[in-house]
Amino acid sequence: MAKLTLDDLRKLREEKQKLLEKRDPSNKDAQIIVGMGTCGIAAGAKDTFNAIIDELDARGITHVLVRQTGCMGSCHSEPTVEVVTPDMPSVIYGKVDSGTGKRIVDEHIVNKHMIDNHICDKPSMDIVSEPGK
Amino acid sequence: MHATVCDIIADLVQNSVEAGASLVELIVQTEPDKMNITVADNGKGMDEATLAKSMDPFYSEAGKHDHRRVGLGLPLLMQTVEASGGKADIRSEPGKGTTVEFNFDTRNIDMPPFGDLSDTALVLMASRGEHELILRRTTPADAYTVRRSELIATLGDLETSGNLILARQYMRSQEQNLIQ
Repeated sequence: MAKLTLDDLRKLREEKQKLLEKRDPSNKDAQIIVGMGTCGIAAGAKDTFNAIIDELDARGITHVLVRQTGCMGSCHSEPTVEVVTPDMPSVIYGKVDSGTGKRIVDEHIVNKHMIDNHICDKPSMDIVSEPGK
Repeated sequence: MHATVCDIIADLVQNSVEAGASLVELIVQTEPDKMNITVADNGKGMDEATLAKSMDPFYSEAGKHDHRRVGLGLPLLMQTVEASGGKADIRSEPGKGTTVEFNFDTRNIDMPPFGDLSDTALVLMASRGEHELILRRTTPADAYTVRRSELIATLGDLETSGNLILARQYMRSQEQNLIQ
């Protein structure tokens, strides 16, 4: 891969933007929030974050918001990932390795069902923000 | 102990953002047998007593986590550096900011694996906040600089999946170009 310049990056974005307009804008308000505190990093949250992006890329999903937060207080179950979608209950998944990160995209975001054995908690109401805000 | 040098870097840059820095500079410099890493911020800084306490794994800033009594970021750095023949230097001044500088002898068998800098940088560039983050990377062969503000200005935001994919492609192309 040749070294990209910011101009190249701008062009890639414009190309992608054109494709976007043709696509179904479902999942627009979905948020995937990866816990990226010291505990998350130590448990491999960076790999989880990148695996989630890989899977979104592979499926051509460009609208999902992928955000980061600090420690959510579940250091025993890191990496933790919170998923907020408009039509499903919000959930914090625990022990989300790369493979489980991909499953979050495939099963929760795309197929709309929750992932057994990784449900860890529900988001605390004082830190969760509504999608889009 | 963190698994990779990049994990340490991620932790330190987050410390800077949490310290309210508007500017964080991350310098990753590879020399033939040495690696130098600097994380410099203009955040709130620490006085001498707080700086000394920050090396204690059972110290964490009051108020950050109500019931938590550990703070492992800097202790993990010191442990790794000590175990692998490197050096770390932390300078801080209240109101001015903190600079963490450390190096490794890359020939030392106990040096942790480096990790993936472009994927780490993506995570750091995409973390929330209004701050500027500048990554300066140099090797004997070449160098590059990436600014968070430039990525945001070019892509619009760094949180929609489509933009994150492009930003990662950009970061990887910079890093791969150095290795070749």
